[in-house]
Amino acid sequence: MNIPVYKFDAVIVGAGGAGLRSAIQLSEAGLKTAVLSKVFPTRSHTVAAQGGVAASLGNSEEDNWRWHMYDTVKGSDWLGDQDAIEFMCRKAVEVVVDLEHYGMPFDRTDNGKIYQRPFGGHMSNFGEKPVRRACAAADRTGHAMLHAMYQRNVKANTQFFVEWMALDLIRDSEGHVVGVTAMEMETGQVVIFHARAVIFATGGSGRIFASSTNAFMNTGDGLGMTARAGIPLEDMEFWQFHPTGVAGAGVLITEGVRGEGGILRNSNKERFMERYAPNAKDLASRDVVSRAMTTEIKEGRGCGPHKDFLLLDITHLDPAVILKRLPGIREISIQFAGVDPIKEPIPVVPTCHYQMGGIPTRYDGRVMTLGADGESVVVPGFFAAGECACASVHGANRLGTNSLLDLLVFGKSAGDTAVEDLKAGHAHRDLPADAADKARARLAALNDRQGGVSVAEARAAIANTMQTHAGVFRFSDLLKKGAAQILEVEQMVNNLEIKDKSQTWNTARVEALETQNMIEVAKATMISAEARKESRGAHVRDDAPDTPEFPNGRNDKEWLKHSLWFREGNRIAYKPVHLQPLTGEPVALKTRSY
Amino acid sequence: MTTRTVNFKIYRYDPDKDERPYMQSISVELDAKDRKLLDALTKLKAKDESIAYRRSCREGVCGSDAMNINGKNGLACLIDINTLKQPIVLRPLPGLPVIRDLIVDMTQFFKQYHSIKPYLINNDPPPERERLQSPEEREELNGLYECILCACCSTSCPSFWWNPDKFVGPAGLLAAYRFLADTRDQATNERLDNLEDPYRLFRCHTIMNCVDVCPKGLNPTKAIGKIKDMMLTRAV
Repeated sequence: MNIPVYKFDAVIVGAGGAGLRSAIQLSEAGLKTAVLSKVFPTRSHTVAAQGGVAASLGNSEEDNWRWHMYDTVKGSDWLGDQDAIEFMCRKAVEVVVDLEHYGMPFDRTDNGKIYQRPFGGHMSNFGEKPVRRACAAADRTGHAMLHAMYQRNVKANTQFFVEWMALDLIRDSEGHVVGVTAMEMETGQVVIFHARAVIFATGGSGRIFASSTNAFMNTGDGLGMTARAGIPLEDMEFWQFHPTGVAGAGVLITEGVRGEGGILRNSNKERFMERYAPNAKDLASRDVVSRAMTTEIKEGRGCGPHKDFLLLDITHLDPAVILKRLPGIREISIQFAGVDPIKEPIPVVPTCHYQMGGIPTRYDGRVMTLGADGESVVVPGFFAAGECACASVHGANRLGTNSLLDLLVFGKSAGDTAVEDLKAGHAHRDLPADAADKARARLAALNDRQGGVSVAEARAAIANTMQTHAGVFRFSDLLKKGAAQILEVEQMVNNLEIKDKSQTWNTARVEALETQNMIEVAKATMISAEARKESRGAHVRDDAPDTPEFPNGRNDKEWLKHSLWFREGNRIAYKPVHLQPLTGEPVALKTRSY
Repeated sequence: MTTRTVNFKIYRYDPDKDERPYMQSISVELDAKDRKLLDALTKLKAKDESIAYRRSCREGVCGSDAMNINGKNGLACLIDINTLKQPIVLRPLPGLPVIRDLIVDMTQFFKQYHSIKPYLINNDPPPERERLQSPEEREELNGLYECILCACCSTSCPSFWWNPDKFVGPAGLLAAYRFLADTRDQATNERLDNLEDPYRLFRCHTIMNCVDVCPKGLNPTKAIGKIKDMMLTRAV
């Protein structure tokens, strides 16, 4: 069977924030670029980001990138690579100003500058007090940003392949990445995209958890493709549970609500965060707040008939502020919680939100793997940016508003690095003879199998396994059980059956292919989490408690290192954390408190 | 948990196997957690995986799951299932070619959006920092920039049904005014020239279906009126 080959300089997979930002660099440099997306670009999940993007513009009070860097390193519980963090915090002003020039409708201060609000974990003067650093367009920052970047790409004539799903990465015998296979959803046609550079910007995988703020399409496609291509996934044990998902629905309520003065309360109406984080209170880092909330619920101070949620209270705010700064939140509360937050507090619970780990990258956007001697080496021709990548700037816990910054900075830098490579001008490397075999085999197996497991069944098994065994608090016995159970679930996924065999817009087939990606992410998460025998950031386990020797359960002697999970052999390797920034002194190790 | 049965009639058409479209009667058991139409569709799909529809964010901001629900366009993720009369009749958005089931070909819709040059045009060299804009100037963009391109409005507009290739439609015109209203944009004349045409702008007969169906509560008719005002002012 002959498969059509489309030849491009660069192929970008994913048209969310990171993909669109990379595409601007490549298109404006005049390179022939294809952007593949499962959805029309403005439907990508960046659109749902609410509160803001971090940049030390200093528009409302003094701020600088060093304070931002300190906060990010501390937020990461020192697992973030300090060279990448410095790079991100220093570039922040530039990429936010770029957006403004693209036309993004930021809110404004009285003197006409970009409006900034406080956000969790962002402080002035090395952790002293909250600082206004989150640049915002009401509570629709992601929407305003994604549309502005799509519009800039329209201007730059970027070529989009809308409603195409990438299937597998193509590597040649020397390990160079030379393209991807992809399927057009409307026709079911499979095509090879042959490229000199491939950039993955495929976003997160939060759908592996039962309770998630993530969109249906966040199924870790880039991670699945990367793992199947023999490249490891980094730090996958670290998942962020956002403190304020709407109870029952999972829909996100931005931390910007607390930035504007919102308060978390338990069933006694108590502002309980004062006990857990006396200084930052409700604006402590997300892992800290989510654990505090889970503890409140566990100790019987949850609200409602089942005492299973807490309340986010903004009834004390001026309604005019709510209508002006948090209009989208009010809509969401009315729609999904049935309460008007002007009058009543919003029922919230910690909800899976963000994957700190991902495809290992360097701050220039290049994907890294381990060489024969265990040293980090570049995967030629391959780049990644945004939530699918692990630069690593978020380490063990991400600060709010650093995700939008991550996708801007590393989307741009992956694009710039790819432009440099492409302008240096090597020809397309030959496609290997088996370029499309992997993808074809997956599709054929799905089409031919009878009497297998349905997609809905397999997905429920993944989501329930992850939710039960790898939640906000982790327990050694559950981690062990979960690591075994997820391999049983993998057998279900290996046995997926679709009854719908149509070639036209076959959503059952798409969901089955997505499920094959989700299981890779789920395995990486369970295995990495079981292996890491300490507590750090979002990964807190019962057998690594807070002791004088190991404050907060963190063990830097043994565990100040990145996990790398390899699909082949289901094994874990480790690599060192970059403690040395690009310039100046490292942020010294310290016990984390807010 | 108490469950309830909800009945549907769903437009079905798969060109691979169906000679012509038909309405499928199907029902589904829902529990108390299932509040939105999209929750019901997810359960329906677990029962019959061949039902094809678009969906993603499930919170009304990505614009994927627009469809015609009991005769009115809306987003499945925002419509409360309990407010709908049964059997709930689901059809694809009207006026656009159907690809399969509830999935329409949106090419024409996006072509019109792209035709208004939906990007900021400012040919001055960009300053080192942000361009300044007062809060009042920024306020002018409220009610315009929030569009999610779901196409509920344009596909409920009779003028768009008749002339989808010539009339820009409410979504595209709302976007056009979003840039006309932006103090940072310098292409006012060019943008107005682009719309000065018996069809592109002036096919709007203020029927206001767009306002009625917009899931974000936006008002394209008002924006269209403002563009017409700008044209008049320019002509004087």
